[in-house]
Amino acid sequence: MTVTAPTGDNTLLGENVATRKIGRFERFLGPENYRILTGLLKTPASIAGFVLIAFFIFISLAAPLIIPPVTASDPFKIPRDGFRSDPRPMGSEWTRNVPDVPFWYKAVTGKDEWVHLLGTSEGQYDIFYGIVWGTRTAFKTGLVVTIATFLIGIIYGSISAYYGGFVDNIMMRVVDILLILPSILAVLILASVLTPRIGKSLIPAMIALIAFGWMGYSRIIRGDILSVKQRDYVLAARVIGVKDSRILFRHILPNAIFPTLVLASLAIGDVVLSFAALSFLGIGTEVGYADWGQVLSFARNWITSLNTYWYIIVWPGLTLVLFVMGWNLVGDALRDVLDPRMRGKT
Amino acid sequence: MSQIVEPHKTEDLVEVQHLVKYFPVRAGLMQRVVNWVKAVDDVSFTVQKGETLGMVGESGCGKTTIGRSMLRLVEPTSGSVHYDGKDVLKLRGGDLKDVRRHMQIIFQDPYASLDPRVPIGESVMEGLHIHNIGTRQERYDLMIDTLKKVGLEDYHARRYPHEFSGGQRQRIGIARALALRPNFIICDEPVSALDVSIQSQVLNILKDLQKEFGLTYLFIAHNLSVVEHISDRVAVMYLGKMVELATRDDLYKEALHPYTKALMTAIPIPDPKLKRKREVLKGDVPSPLNPPKGCRFHPRCPIAEKICSEQEPEFREAKPMHWVACWMVK
Repeated sequence: MTVTAPTGDNTLLGENVATRKIGRFERFLGPENYRILTGLLKTPASIAGFVLIAFFIFISLAAPLIIPPVTASDPFKIPRDGFRSDPRPMGSEWTRNVPDVPFWYKAVTGKDEWVHLLGTSEGQYDIFYGIVWGTRTAFKTGLVVTIATFLIGIIYGSISAYYGGFVDNIMMRVVDILLILPSILAVLILASVLTPRIGKSLIPAMIALIAFGWMGYSRIIRGDILSVKQRDYVLAARVIGVKDSRILFRHILPNAIFPTLVLASLAIGDVVLSFAALSFLGIGTEVGYADWGQVLSFARNWITSLNTYWYIIVWPGLTLVLFVMGWNLVGDALRDVLDPRMRGKT
Repeated sequence: MSQIVEPHKTEDLVEVQHLVKYFPVRAGLMQRVVNWVKAVDDVSFTVQKGETLGMVGESGCGKTTIGRSMLRLVEPTSGSVHYDGKDVLKLRGGDLKDVRRHMQIIFQDPYASLDPRVPIGESVMEGLHIHNIGTRQERYDLMIDTLKKVGLEDYHARRYPHEFSGGQRQRIGIARALALRPNFIICDEPVSALDVSIQSQVLNILKDLQKEFGLTYLFIAHNLSVVEHISDRVAVMYLGKMVELATRDDLYKEALHPYTKALMTAIPIPDPKLKRKREVLKGDVPSPLNPPKGCRFHPRCPIAEKICSEQEPEFREAKPMHWVACWMVK
């Protein structure tokens, strides 16, 4: 048998194989991350999602410019224009606790003084103010709760998958038990137990949402780690002598974390929704705190006459819907991009 | 071609004794063990310094499990693996890490054996980093050097696995195993996922590297022609047992075990006029869940007699340097 020295020269192939030029940006990000990033900005739905979220980020950042706080010490307190119980329609006059007039106001509305742009709720809370400043509340609660549950879930799931066997069994049964509790009820009970101890603020509801929100992540990450753990490149790293912790953080987690990340991006909207539900039920913040659920809860007594007072439910409700929809569109796009069957179809 | 290893003159580098690996089959609510898959059942052999020991057998006969047990990627049920006098199966922590520097593996599937999110240069360098070899610059130089040894260029180092072809990836896998300059490499079907033209390229690289670094290979494969091309000695596995072990020329010229004989007649010969008698084995490989009593090959064996179904044949040296497990071989 004749033995020819291998050259490994693929330049001859180059003429026949179409090669794609790889830019510096792509090389910096790595192929997967680059594909995900470009894939995310390709479908109209995902762009709509990003636009919606960018819009809400803008509102939350620019809140003091859009409508300056009336009580400077507590900007989240919705200003009350008197104490009348029945809501007043859009465009009614603002007589008490009027904010300063911002620079854009006259140009956009053509008026010199503040009016209630979106009307007032029961108790004369200004709906526009509640929605604008409520955006900050939504981001705060959504991000904090999602990041906290995500981290807890990842750590819990990794430990479970890492030790495997008996430990894994016990840890996952604990997850099962927590998952069969009706979650909104459990959150409601925990939040109302915590409220008298911590005081009325965002914190009790956030703690309750975190306590009952991490199980989904731990389940998904556990499954993905178990599957990645058996791949050849992980075995190769073990043969080389790489420590378990390094294998986990360098080879397993980067290849296993994306499905969980998709879940987290979808969950931000859900968390805000649950939070609003808690607020609507009267758990959480004190009355008059700028929070969408709170604004919605003002409509509770007027449900029978919504044909007159439609604006007290439509505006905060629409805001909530758009916010949740934005995150869902982004999450959907992320899921599509990360679907292995989509690979190479960018 | 490679030299024939002279009997009893070479040193044993790796010695495997009575290696057993049973996988539990669990079922039911309590995950009780209901049965055992006897993947490897009492296998002993040695690998001599500088040789290539080929290992052939059908799918599911335990070849891969032997390779992985030797590196402790699966923990064997019992038995011992001595590398250079040290029992690999008893080592822990730092000692195990030291031995792993000398024993490496090349995997079958070049698409699954490289981390898709790590540039290949870093994959190759990882071992050097883990074992604290040299400075950053020295490690980098060593990595480039290793890549060049397998026919890749320095600019390939920062590319990702998906930018390479199957053959190139397999060579990267070889480079990763080679970076630590091991003495012993287990090649777990390194070419069976590649197309034929690339196979010879990778095989030749393995041969060149063996010459250059004095490597010892355990070459696991199911392709008899490939094994003939690269091996000094060949072991034949059947259903978790080793049935024959001999030098390559002995085995390919005069196989003793009926299973090996049947395998040999299955090698295609590129001559359409040549007629020969083919021995076609009846039936399928029995399940390793409950292998046949006595000789495991007897239900399919053309020359089996009564004793074959009653007692297990001993693995003995029937001729010098030619071991076989068969009652019918005198």
